[in-house]
Amino acid sequence: MTATALPLIPLRPARRMVELTIDGETVQAPEGSTILDACRHQGKEIPTLCYLDTLHPVNVCRACVVEVEGSRVLVPSCSRPVEAGMVVKTDSERVRHSRKMVLEFLASSVDLSTTPDVAGWLEDYGARPERYGPPAPPAPPGFRDSLQPGHHAPPDPDYAATVIQPVKVDNELYVRDYGKCILCYKCVEACGKDYQNTYALTVAGRGFDARISTEFAVQLPESACVYCGNCIAVCPTGALMFKSERDHRDAGTWDESRQTVTDTICPYCGVGCTLELHVQDNEIVKVTSPLDHDITRGNLCIKGRFGWRYVQNRPPDARGNGRGGDGRPRGSA
Amino acid sequence: MDLHLMDAVATEEEREALDQFLGAPESGWEGGLRDARDAHTAEGGHEARAQRHLLLPALQAIQSRIGWLSEGALNYVCQRLTVPPADAYGVATFYALLSTVPRPRRVLHVCDDIACRCKGAAELCEQLERTVGPAYHHGPEGDHVAFGENDAVWLRSPCLGLCDQAPAAFVTVAGAKPVERLFGHADLAGLQRLVAGELAASLEPRGRLPQAGDPSLRLLRRVDVIDPTSLDEYRAHGGYESLRTALRLGPEGVIREVTDAKLMGRGGAAFPTGRKWEAVARQPARPHYLICNADESEPGTFKDRVIMEGDPFSLIEAMTIAGFATGCEQGFIYIRGEYPLATERLQHAIDTARARSLLGEDVMGHGFRFDIEIRRGGGAYICGEETAVFNSIEGLRGEPRNKPPFPVQVGVFGKPTLINNVETLVNVVEILRIGGPAYAAIGTPGSTGPRLFCLCGDVTRPGVYEVPFGTTLRQMLDLAGGVAGGRQLQAVLLGGAAGLFVRPDELDMPLTFEGTRAAQATLGSGVIMAFDDRVNMVDILLRIAAFFRDESCGQCVPCRVGTVRQEEALHRILAGRPRGGMDGEAALLEEIGVAMKDASICGLGQTAYSAVESAIKRLHLFNGARPA
Ligand SMILES: Cc1cc2nc3c(=O)[nH]c(=O)nc-3n(C[C@H](O)[C@H](O)[C@H](O)COP(=O)(O)O)c2cc1C
Ligand code: SF4
Ligand code: SF4
Ligand code: SF4
Ligand code: FES
Ligand code: FES
Repeated sequence: MTATALPLIPLRPARRMVELTIDGETVQAPEGSTILDACRHQGKEIPTLCYLDTLHPVNVCRACVVEVEGSRVLVPSCSRPVEAGMVVKTDSERVRHSRKMVLEFLASSVDLSTTPDVAGWLEDYGARPERYGPPAPPAPPGFRDSLQPGHHAPPDPDYAATVIQPVKVDNELYVRDYGKCILCYKCVEACGKDYQNTYALTVAGRGFDARISTEFAVQLPESACVYCGNCIAVCPTGALMFKSERDHRDAGTWDESRQTVTDTICPYCGVGCTLELHVQDNEIVKVTSPLDHDITRGNLCIKGRFGWRYVQNRPPDARGNGRGGDGRPRGSA
Repeated sequence: MDLHLMDAVATEEEREALDQFLGAPESGWEGGLRDARDAHTAEGGHEARAQRHLLLPALQAIQSRIGWLSEGALNYVCQRLTVPPADAYGVATFYALLSTVPRPRRVLHVCDDIACRCKGAAELCEQLERTVGPAYHHGPEGDHVAFGENDAVWLRSPCLGLCDQAPAAFVTVAGAKPVERLFGHADLAGLQRLVAGELAASLEPRGRLPQAGDPSLRLLRRVDVIDPTSLDEYRAHGGYESLRTALRLGPEGVIREVTDAKLMGRGGAAFPTGRKWEAVARQPARPHYLICNADESEPGTFKDRVIMEGDPFSLIEAMTIAGFATGCEQGFIYIRGEYPLATERLQHAIDTARARSLLGEDVMGHGFRFDIEIRRGGGAYICGEETAVFNSIEGLRGEPRNKPPFPVQVGVFGKPTLINNVETLVNVVEILRIGGPAYAAIGTPGSTGPRLFCLCGDVTRPGVYEVPFGTTLRQMLDLAGGVAGGRQLQAVLLGGAAGLFVRPDELDMPLTFEGTRAAQATLGSGVIMAFDDRVNMVDILLRIAAFFRDESCGQCVPCRVGTVRQEEALHRILAGRPRGGMDGEAALLEEIGVAMKDASICGLGQTAYSAVESAIKRLHLFNGARPA
């Protein structure tokens, strides 16, 4: 990576090491690091969905649970700090069972077709989401947004309840397909206290009816959203997606093997965020910034994230991927 | 944060409702009239955002005035408190007593939970459906059932904490003088009259304590004996002697007595109270906060209500002692929103105590500062979980936090916090009255002191009963007059919906922590709910499963989806279409249950399978009559 290689490593005091046992092996880990850090250091694979090392851990998906001796219940490895003398099991029957169930619960209620890695985990853990019955028909538009806390109608015994619903397309830049949402809270954190401080998104409702929402589920253009796209950058499921990517996917033309990623610096302002341009067939299809970048931590603003259409000096696109294909910045006559 | 408000504007009445609670806005920034100064000043920063903890009471102020929260109303709340509208919407949609869709002013919450089902609540709801109209719920397109001619609707409610007077209902009438009444022995005619607009103000609030005046009582000795609104009567019956003792013993002395008494928490988790107090007292971070957990929403539980309604000063005294011992200057009572009478009595007790210097700057002239504020819940069982209480008080969604850190280190507002159940706290008054060692001599060595049990369901005399620990389940049922109508006992639910069923041949189980543990049962919050031979246990089980699905906060996957899958499996069984046969469903339920127990964040998910498991394994519910 180009920009991240700059010698900007902050000076930190050397951390004390603690000794713990993971799957029978004695290991050392820096104080304050998590069980997950220690496991990854050992090269152990632990599935994670709601964890991202640039965000505060919310430990809600429970895919990463491990057994810690002396603890009545399993613990989320992504957020539990290591302690001296801890005895951890990462692959016991108990651990494998809960992980399998978490994966089954999600796969039977959410469209995971664009969640990376999950297909492999489902297989590894022997998950069988189909055993809860055929998925219920998709909810009508707006239905899940209207659900009120409290009493619910009895379930239909012939179907497994899901969160499948129509995709929300209410702006030109990105789409929200909450039928793919696993409620990992990452977008809420990125939009609110962790980075963007815009607070356009919240979790609304309760229990299985909980969903990501704006105030009164208004459309994005009416909400506080400033289209920084930082929620898209952290969404692990493809529920939030560039409209350009979504259009390609819907047209069956999305092909990552044909894509290149080019690093550059955002031309708009003096901050100089690193941009990664994802290009397919000589067309920018989305823009990201490296999560481990010291300045951006993966975040950008609307200009860096979406303001690249002017680069593509081509006639209006027949595939309909965006306006302003005349080579001029939008808004210029 | 750049506060981006909506365009919607609050009505005059909505503004008035909020201004009454918060005071008039001081500037145009907060939604007041703009004047020339506003162009040269700005409101914001930490000070403005520090009002976040007022969010829930602010929403409640509008809800109780208007009956629901419109976009304009929410917008005004956000402007006054500097809260992003999306955040406020997330909070408002968390609570069942708040509504973000239009609701008429008059709402009847009719309990159809398990204890009330024993007394015909399911049939009552069906009759309401036929005569008044369907419960206010979602149509298939997400629309809401029309209100009809009456400016009233009814809703199905989880347990209202009035199981001794089942079937119970809670009526709220929004307006400038809002009315809230929790009442028992509801019948169709009465509910119909309420829907039609009859005044709710005269409804009989509570029944009588079965043991009232019994000289052996310790915790309940003043209930239904003294006037609960009279501080003088409270003092004449020994009130505030324990606080005097506490001030003499000093904080460490008090904690020593509580530790010697071997008091264990009565909120469900049975944690040693002395250890908790000591841990909070020792925390260097300041301030320390005290919270009395009065959320009492575990189905079948109503003991705390009886104390708060019948002897409110004892809780105020107990909290003052706890605050003194652990270095707290501010206490909160987090009480469920469905307890208007208890709230009123406690507020009166707080005001009276403050006027007599038993609260405030200089408690009993001892130079110790302590005060109490009441916070009302919004209709969410999960908000009784200790860390969810913190979030609810802070104006966040009532989602439990991950532990560690534990409340004694990082609690409400990020500070060391002591949180105890109402009954736990009230025991401290007794401990200081008779001394820790004498208290420890009551009950059994492993379970000391008196204990309150909530007898309900099919017993002759339902109510709260106080007994020393060690009394057997059979003795408790006998105390309540046995199974009503001399019928056959089918099962007992111990510890509430989060507890488990036991069989009629297990009645000799001593009701102690160790005795129930040995029998692989639990005391939980002290619920003893009896079911006679007429009760359809599958129906009860379905209601419990529905309860957990309704009340899950939705944060973690095992509970959010597990409670749904559990309920679906039970419905497949009921419908006679079990997948993979009965054994298949039982095995699936077990798999779901184990994951909920092992991998959920909090006690709700961890116990959501408990009752179902015991019905399968102890009652062998699905072995006998196997649906085709
Ligand atoms: C879902 C859930 C609901 C709870 N509700 C209550 C409640 O209403 N009242 C209460 O005192 N404890 C409740 N608890 C237990 C509290 O988390 C906590 O253990 C208790 O308040 C501690 O007080 P104690 O030590 O005095 O028992 C609940 C726990 C869970 C998991
Ligand atoms: S694009 Fe940015 S402002 Fe808009 S919802 Fe996502 S994170 Fe929030
Ligand atoms: S939209 Fe994406 S980031 Fe947001 S909660 Fe759902 S899955 Fe997570
Ligand atoms: S167990 Fe249930 S109630 Fe508790 S945090 Fe998880 S989803 Fe919320
Ligand atoms: S990754 Fe740890 S709980 Fe989600
Ligand atoms: S009040 Fe109805 S079950 Fe408790």
